[in-house]
Amino acid sequence: MTESKNIVKMLGIAKSFPGVVALEDVDFSLRTGEIHALMGENGAGKSTLIKVLTGVEQPDQGTIELDGQLVQVRSPQHSQELGISTVYQEINLCTNISVAENIMLGHEPYRFGSIHWRKLNELAQRAVHRLNIDIDVTQPLENYSVAIQQMVAITRALEVLSAKVLILDEPTSSLDIHETNLLFEVMRQLKSEGIGIIFITHFLDQVYQIADRITVLRNGKLVGTYDTASLPRVELVAKMLGRSLTELDAISKEKSQVEEKKPEQHLVEAKGLGRTGSLEPVDLELSANEVLGIAGLLGSGRTELAGLIFGIDTPNNGSLIVGGEKVNTFSPLESLKRGIALCPEDRKAEGIIGDLTIRENIILALQARYGWFKFLSLQKQSEIAEKYIQLLGIVTPSSEQLVKNLSGGNQQKVILARWLATNPKVLILDEPTRGIDVGAKTEIQKLVMQLAEEGKSCVFISSELEEVLRISDRVVVLRDRKKVAEYSGGVDDQTLIHTMAGEL
Amino acid sequence: MKQQTPLLKRIRESRLLWPFVAWVIILLFDAIVEPGFFKLGILDDPVYGKHLYGNLVDIFNNGAPLMLVAIGMTLVIATGGVDLSVGAVIAISAAMGAVLINPALGNQLITNDILTKNATNTPLPLIILADLAAGTLCGLWNGLLVSRARIQPMVATLILMVAGRGIAQLITNGQIMTIYYTPYFWFGNGYILGLPVSIYIVVLVFLLAWVLIRKTAIGLFIESVGINAKSTYYSGINEQNIKLLAYTFCGFCGAIAGLILSSYVHSADGNNNGLNYELDAILAVVMGGTLMTGGRFSIFASVIGALVIWTFTVTVYSLGVPANALLAAKAVLVMVVILLYSDYTRRLMNRLVERRGSQHGTTN
Repeated sequence: MTESKNIVKMLGIAKSFPGVVALEDVDFSLRTGEIHALMGENGAGKSTLIKVLTGVEQPDQGTIELDGQLVQVRSPQHSQELGISTVYQEINLCTNISVAENIMLGHEPYRFGSIHWRKLNELAQRAVHRLNIDIDVTQPLENYSVAIQQMVAITRALEVLSAKVLILDEPTSSLDIHETNLLFEVMRQLKSEGIGIIFITHFLDQVYQIADRITVLRNGKLVGTYDTASLPRVELVAKMLGRSLTELDAISKEKSQVEEKKPEQHLVEAKGLGRTGSLEPVDLELSANEVLGIAGLLGSGRTELAGLIFGIDTPNNGSLIVGGEKVNTFSPLESLKRGIALCPEDRKAEGIIGDLTIRENIILALQARYGWFKFLSLQKQSEIAEKYIQLLGIVTPSSEQLVKNLSGGNQQKVILARWLATNPKVLILDEPTRGIDVGAKTEIQKLVMQLAEEGKSCVFISSELEEVLRISDRVVVLRDRKKVAEYSGGVDDQTLIHTMAGEL
Repeated sequence: MKQQTPLLKRIRESRLLWPFVAWVIILLFDAIVEPGFFKLGILDDPVYGKHLYGNLVDIFNNGAPLMLVAIGMTLVIATGGVDLSVGAVIAISAAMGAVLINPALGNQLITNDILTKNATNTPLPLIILADLAAGTLCGLWNGLLVSRARIQPMVATLILMVAGRGIAQLITNGQIMTIYYTPYFWFGNGYILGLPVSIYIVVLVFLLAWVLIRKTAIGLFIESVGINAKSTYYSGINEQNIKLLAYTFCGFCGAIAGLILSSYVHSADGNNNGLNYELDAILAVVMGGTLMTGGRFSIFASVIGALVIWTFTVTVYSLGVPANALLAAKAVLVMVVILLYSDYTRRLMNRLVERRGSQHGTTN
């Protein structure tokens, strides 16, 4: 199958940022007429690799060959000149001007010193036809769906920038099935024309539908490059998570004794809870004294589920019952009053308030519940802050330190403290241990188990199966925005991996 | 001791440092150029009685509207927004007052009696209330656009910045309306215990704002919203209402400024009342160390910032610079301020201080 030649060859790529090794000795090759899926969880190094290839970042080590020629990609613009084009999930086109103008932007044909509009439209129409897309290029771009806009971006990349290498970064994340198929048709067409496509996605189904080869990265290292046909799904998931299947069999579950629990009233009950386009209807019960693990890959709907229960998004399907009462108004404030707390996935953007002190960050949610006018005195604030700094072992010289100066693990503890201070009944933790050091990780795991023992209901979301299994009483598995299984008690990670991969 | 004393460090990092330094420099300059600049005297006014007069008194009296607007603007900027409409709000509030005073006049001839006596049927409290209500409503409108309709603050307030002057002219029927009503003049020209009334109003509004911000959780929430609105929302704070409050309060401040201004000049002019006040207020807030991106703020520093700008304006006028060149002179001030606050200067300052610190260290 190697009659087609390598169009891109990256060898021994390394890149570090202050404090982080983003890529370590990574090899990657792309053949002409190939769709190559790049897979890995968050922080695996996918985006850094793409940034190196497109000249956004310069590699510390390693070489890039294009068509057998050694090149140094100096800037994104330079990479375009070399024939590498990227279409991002957020489309960077101008939606208020016509499709034709978008395609030809910067390369408009001129006649008598002004733009030759008829020719411009003709050229654009022809380009669009080549990809078998049937649209009117004189219409403003905003009249078309995201899928079409994406294809216009692709058309532009191919026609105007004459790309030989096309990078599609999560192109299908906001498309429905029909649109996705449309995009795939275009991708197959391009493939037949000899264009190399790097396809980044979190949807396993789609990878198996269209990709020829798969490269898996994990923690900045290359796990391997495989022919799609010869890599079973389970193995792909195992590789992404960094487990070998034989090793998995050997591990026994630490938490074996499953206590009998009376089916008391559930604290939270979701019946067919869902939101079009983000999560398909899910049934879920949360009760006191237990940790519910949610396993699923990135993009499986785990964060969306947490968001619906906590009221960040309003569901348009099913119902949510908290403490026996049906929830009608959804917002974080309402959830806070109902005793539900969420430590969000994106600690920096959704969790901490960097320029406020630890004290202020910790009392924020409690103060939100008290409202504007019942202001906690400074002394009371400090007491609460000191209490949680002690309790959670937050390492800091003082509670007046700005939160942005703390390490990731300590920031996570501050957010935990913020919610614990409100004494919630249900605590949802979305990837609470991501990107923090091992010590802090185990501390947080222990804390979650302890909180459940004390009577709270904890929801623990993580893509690390090991920790989900270690601390959860029950595990719910999500895949492709659906709940696919629920296990209580003795489930092993192999079953879990199979379920996550969709082969069980 | 090679370490700086904490006090010195605190002064160096204080938001108040630069505005104060700037103010002192401008005042010193005035003292040199115009030897009698600081002279204060006592004047016996036939209407308002004995009171203090002098350049400093004038600066405080005439700068009061800007200080008021700067207080409101601080809250808005701290949430990460901006209010471009305060100048127009001033005009609306001024027009509101004028029109409520004047209908009683009708077409009758303005006699000397009317000039000095009550010329209106509308009770004064009602006039003041209408003034304040008009401005506050404008602020509420801005707040709704920004927080509920999620329009970018600059665009949302631009609407009222443009439309507001039109509204003010509609209220006064397109005319510059002269006000003939002595009690109304008291706000801009009167004195209490020898000091201008406007100073007392500034102090009152400042105290109101301070209590609102620092004695309740609102100040914390405003800063939190300005630093990271999403995290704030996720923490259970209704960030929409926080923004709504900030813009409404800013409108309220603009209304009081309009009341004082129209009272001072005895007229309402939809085109010129409060012209460019929004820009001066923004500059005052920036000078007070509040970042345009929102977050930590100090209303006191903003008030000092307003004082600097007003003193600068007075100085430029007193130097005989023509009014139409004032903007050019202000541009220089803006440039100096922006350079002083840039990261570049800050780094330079820190390096200088550290170097001196380490030199001390070696001599020890």
